[in-house]
Amino acid sequence: MDAQTSLLQRSRWKAWEPAIWLIGFAAPLLAAQHSLIVNEIAIVALFAMSLDLILGFTGIVSLGHAAFLGFGAYSAALFAKHINPDPTLGLLVAAATTTVLGAACSLTIMRGTDLTRLMVTLGVGLILLELANKLDWLTGGADGLQGVVMGPVLGKFEFDLQGQTAAWYSLVVTFVLFVLMRRLVNSPFGATLMAVRDNRLRAMAIGIPVSARLAVIYTIAAGVAGVAGGLLAQTTGFASLDVFAFDRSADVMLMLVIGGTGWLYGGVAGAVVFKLLQDTLSAITPQYWMFWIGLFLVILVLVGRERLLRPWTWFGKKAKQS
Amino acid sequence: MSAAQTVLSARGLVKRFGGITATNNVTLDLQKGARHALIGPNGAGKTTLINLLTGVLEPTEGSITLEGQDITRLAPHQRVRRGMVRTFQINQLFDTLTPLQTLALTVSQHQGLGARWWPSLGASKAVAERCEVLLEQFHLTDVMNQPTRVLAYGKRRLLEIAIALACEPRVLLLDEPVAGVPAGEREELLQTVAALPADVSVLLIEHDMDLVFSFARRMTVLVNGTVLTEGNPEQIANDPQVKAVYLGHGEEAHG
Repeated sequence: MDAQTSLLQRSRWKAWEPAIWLIGFAAPLLAAQHSLIVNEIAIVALFAMSLDLILGFTGIVSLGHAAFLGFGAYSAALFAKHINPDPTLGLLVAAATTTVLGAACSLTIMRGTDLTRLMVTLGVGLILLELANKLDWLTGGADGLQGVVMGPVLGKFEFDLQGQTAAWYSLVVTFVLFVLMRRLVNSPFGATLMAVRDNRLRAMAIGIPVSARLAVIYTIAAGVAGVAGGLLAQTTGFASLDVFAFDRSADVMLMLVIGGTGWLYGGVAGAVVFKLLQDTLSAITPQYWMFWIGLFLVILVLVGRERLLRPWTWFGKKAKQS
Repeated sequence: MSAAQTVLSARGLVKRFGGITATNNVTLDLQKGARHALIGPNGAGKTTLINLLTGVLEPTEGSITLEGQDITRLAPHQRVRRGMVRTFQINQLFDTLTPLQTLALTVSQHQGLGARWWPSLGASKAVAERCEVLLEQFHLTDVMNQPTRVLAYGKRRLLEIAIALACEPRVLLLDEPVAGVPAGEREELLQTVAALPADVSVLLIEHDMDLVFSFARRMTVLVNGTVLTEGNPEQIANDPQVKAVYLGHGEEAHG
């Protein structure tokens, strides 16, 4: 097999990929009563993929990614409330404002180690949370931004109470951005990001402008997270302080841990597993569901994702490699 | 110096770290197609000199010109673009990527395609063909689709140099290319080093005297951050000063 064929094979769509998306798009139709959770999964999947761009593909750890989710949510909500209720327009505005914020924040992650970056991203998240809390004339403060009424999607599809329109709307947006991100991570640009992740010193030594790469991908990831936030505010008709909360940043990192980093479907898989677990567990035991999620994570990390997915290997003999 | 074209010229380089002078007034010229070895005992300042040349460190005094242009204050990646490329004493590879991906991204970056985000990494035929040539040249074709982290040490060492060559260097700094390579994998590596393109100027830092004396046509001996002497291999091998500080007392010289 020659070099070009091998390279191209990596970026080709696998047979199971369209299948996954078809299932996603069919879900609101087949299980209309669960449309709300489908909507939520689509949004957090997008959010998780945006974090994966920087965490999994570029190796920037962030505990403040919710800053962009929240900023996007408030941007979209405020835009709908005060300027124009059109969802598509609102989403573009959310993307634009968060991208600008991301570009500004990208300056803070250029220097330092993983630990300092963790602190800085966490700090930015907290600053935005307090700002949203304090500027209550604009954001509604701790009560959240209420009275957001959205227009119909593309002027045609009204948001319904069951959430079908919302689910499809979020699925379409997530899918479109997924396709764009998929191109990006398989491109020469994406490869240089992974080079930066694997070995920053060498990346520099082959002529990759490392700082510029970090800034660009951090900005893009912020923009995508902003869209996820926009979707959240638009489909719930509400924006509250919890979109900025630390839990959001932590949850989305857990999703990537569950689904696997450096692989866009890791975000999708993590979002599906995490949300379904959360939904089921909190129905069974509303007070203690966090315990079970915690237990699941501990087992996942100790046993390893690969082995957890292959139960038939648990009790067999050890592999032949001794 | 002969009339040959000087590609890289370092003039009066000084680097101080606080009170310590790591590099003291080093002047070094590389001609086009040079095979120049830089030797010296541990702590002589070889690594500091490499870091000054590649832009990892900024010199306290002195200047560096590459093909007539002053590059003293340029960032490392800007020097790479102008043709100054290095390899590392300790492998610096992209462990999760395959050799093919590694070379493809390096070649893409070098050809100015590194910022393209829409087409696939394999989209450019020119890039893929260049990768094939490099993989062949460095005996990596059979392992091109394996993750780099699982490769044998000798193969990883070859990839280390292949990456540098993928940047089409005009000046190549080889930092101990055979360090730690087991005997069985050595020959392949030595052949590849010997077969480097003739028009590339090579500066070799190496402790392995067999390699140094078989490879170099000119040598610089660095001691305590200062150039002790410079000359062709015979002169160096017979220089009593060099014997005293570096090759050992009265030991038979190699080559």
